[in-house]
Amino acid sequence: MSETAIRVQNLGKRYRIGASAVKEGGTLRALGRGLASPFTYLRRSLTQAGSSETVWALKDVSFEVPPSQVVGIIGRNGAGKTTLLKVLSRITDPTEGLAEISGRVGCLLAVGTGFHPELTGRENVFLNGAIMGMKKKEIRQRFDEILDFAEVTKFIDTPVKYYSSGMYVRLAFAVAAHLEPEVLIVDEVLAVGDLTFQKKCLGKMDSVARQGRTVLLVSHNMESILGLCQRTLWMDGGRLVADGPTEDVVRAYTQSCLQLASEGSSIAALDREGDGRLRFSGFSLRDGQGQPLEYATCGEPVEFVLSYHTNGEELRHVSAWFWIKNHLKKGILCFYTHVTGQDFERLPPSGQLVCRVPRLPLPPGNYLVDLSARAAGVQVDRVPEAARLDVAPGDFFGTGRATTGLGDVLCEQSWDLEA
Amino acid sequence: MDQPSKITRIIPRRGWGSLGLKDVWEFRELLFFLVWREIKGRYRQMALGPLWIVLKPFITMVVMSVVFGRLAKLPSDGVPYPLFNYCALLPWTMFSVSVSKSATSLVSNMGVISKVYFPRLVVPLSSACAGLLDFCFSFLILLCMMLYFGYLPGWQVVFLPVYVLLALMASLALGLCLATAAVKFRDVGYAVDHLLQVAMYITPVVYPSSLVPEPWRQIYLLNPMAVVIEGFRWSLLGKGLAPGVSLYLSAGLVLITLFLGAHLFRRGERNVVDLL
Repeated sequence: MSETAIRVQNLGKRYRIGASAVKEGGTLRALGRGLASPFTYLRRSLTQAGSSETVWALKDVSFEVPPSQVVGIIGRNGAGKTTLLKVLSRITDPTEGLAEISGRVGCLLAVGTGFHPELTGRENVFLNGAIMGMKKKEIRQRFDEILDFAEVTKFIDTPVKYYSSGMYVRLAFAVAAHLEPEVLIVDEVLAVGDLTFQKKCLGKMDSVARQGRTVLLVSHNMESILGLCQRTLWMDGGRLVADGPTEDVVRAYTQSCLQLASEGSSIAALDREGDGRLRFSGFSLRDGQGQPLEYATCGEPVEFVLSYHTNGEELRHVSAWFWIKNHLKKGILCFYTHVTGQDFERLPPSGQLVCRVPRLPLPPGNYLVDLSARAAGVQVDRVPEAARLDVAPGDFFGTGRATTGLGDVLCEQSWDLEA
Repeated sequence: MDQPSKITRIIPRRGWGSLGLKDVWEFRELLFFLVWREIKGRYRQMALGPLWIVLKPFITMVVMSVVFGRLAKLPSDGVPYPLFNYCALLPWTMFSVSVSKSATSLVSNMGVISKVYFPRLVVPLSSACAGLLDFCFSFLILLCMMLYFGYLPGWQVVFLPVYVLLALMASLALGLCLATAAVKFRDVGYAVDHLLQVAMYITPVVYPSSLVPEPWRQIYLLNPMAVVIEGFRWSLLGKGLAPGVSLYLSAGLVLITLFLGAHLFRRGERNVVDLL
């Protein structure tokens, strides 16, 4: 074994953007132009394809990975994570720099690529294996293992077009995971499939790493990154921002996400779902007396104020809720009008929904808030990560004891001895 | 598993590189699977299934025999017209199917190409091989027809593989160039089928090349497929053009185009994914 499994030096990848300027104005107008002056049109189409703006999807990325390390890659959308994996798996050439990988590379950038819908599961296993560079003999050796892992033994001679999407994903992951490459590259494929299978996949990646193989894992799921990777790379704008122990990098990354969320204090401008008949416009805090607060305090009363306005239409049967998510973006506590039987029969065009909590059961820390509302069962607004919630330390138990290290949520309790 | 691990260097490639034929050889099983996928996937859920492979050229032959043989009374070097025509239709179908399939192969396989690495050359190669396989099936019909019309091939038949190979290389050469271009300009995939139809008439499929007057004949025979088809007739039916200068010229032309096409393809494949 050589000392490094992956060596990346000053890797850069430049993309051309806006190459389809020819198509502007629609097909008909293009046809008209093409007929009026065919040669000018042709020349322009041919030259425009070559000269257009460029953007660096990767720039000056350097790192080294020793064998049998599991490395996570995190970053916002468009940070260059997938481009990096595409270059490392030789799907596309870099524009500059150098990368060296020792050993066979198995890559899972999307699940089930190369599956042919008309072929049976069995045939597709062989085809997919061959695409990834496996020999027929190797596939045959591991065939039963693959079937066991994918849990599709019964349907193996059925064309995969009749498979459920879950079965499809399971079979595809099973093939890639049993390829036994020296370097395994995985991009966010675990988002599909049910929870049990996700766990199984994570377990498989873990055991792959234990066998002395190297794993590169891109994920937005901080928990799986924290659980699997010793080391994490944080990418932003095509550059490597941080490289270090997973916990440090993940903390820095989530901090920066929280900052971004709070900077965008105008909730109205955030990405959202829903039909837009109602839009949340603010999320703020008050204490028990109605005085505004910058932050909440553990164990103290707090009022969550959700400001909204409608598009003028009167909304009926409105339910609202918000999720509080921890720094791993995992929902830990939900407040919901429905559970208290307090859905709103009619809503005025604008106003504030106020949720009162007598004693906030959250340990100190930074949280994110997802806001949602429905009218008569139809989603009218949903703003993920609409606001940031800071919780200061406080005396939840009234004993002055620490409130950290006791889980995600605190609960009032008393103890007795019954003998 | 414990063999010294191979180091893969990933660097920007510029100018003329190697053809990476070693890589293609490593992935020969994939080539086999792709051909098989093509064949098997194409005829699933069809009542007649693989029978279509033979039916297509056969029906074309019947139509052409009626139109060009009976109605237009085109000469056929003294061979029964159906046999004369089918003998040319086989290599021509192989050529045109391979060309049009491999020209669009990169685009139609973009799902796989943009997600997994493998030598891209495998893709057009598999299209050409699928054409060859079709050819083998249809060839059985030709044998039956030859028996029916009482033609037995002479010693010339040993040259047949040479012509098959030449047709295959010609289709690959053209297919590689077109596949590279088709990634950037989707028009190519569209235009190819029409151009192939036109090309059929500058190739002696429905008429003998002896119909072409002498000063033009030499130029006419620069078309490698004309040489292939005449060669086919010669080696199977004993009529047509014996191997000679035109064969060497065509072979040279095809080899040069193939070489250029392969390099063009290798240059194109570097940023194929970015353009798809």
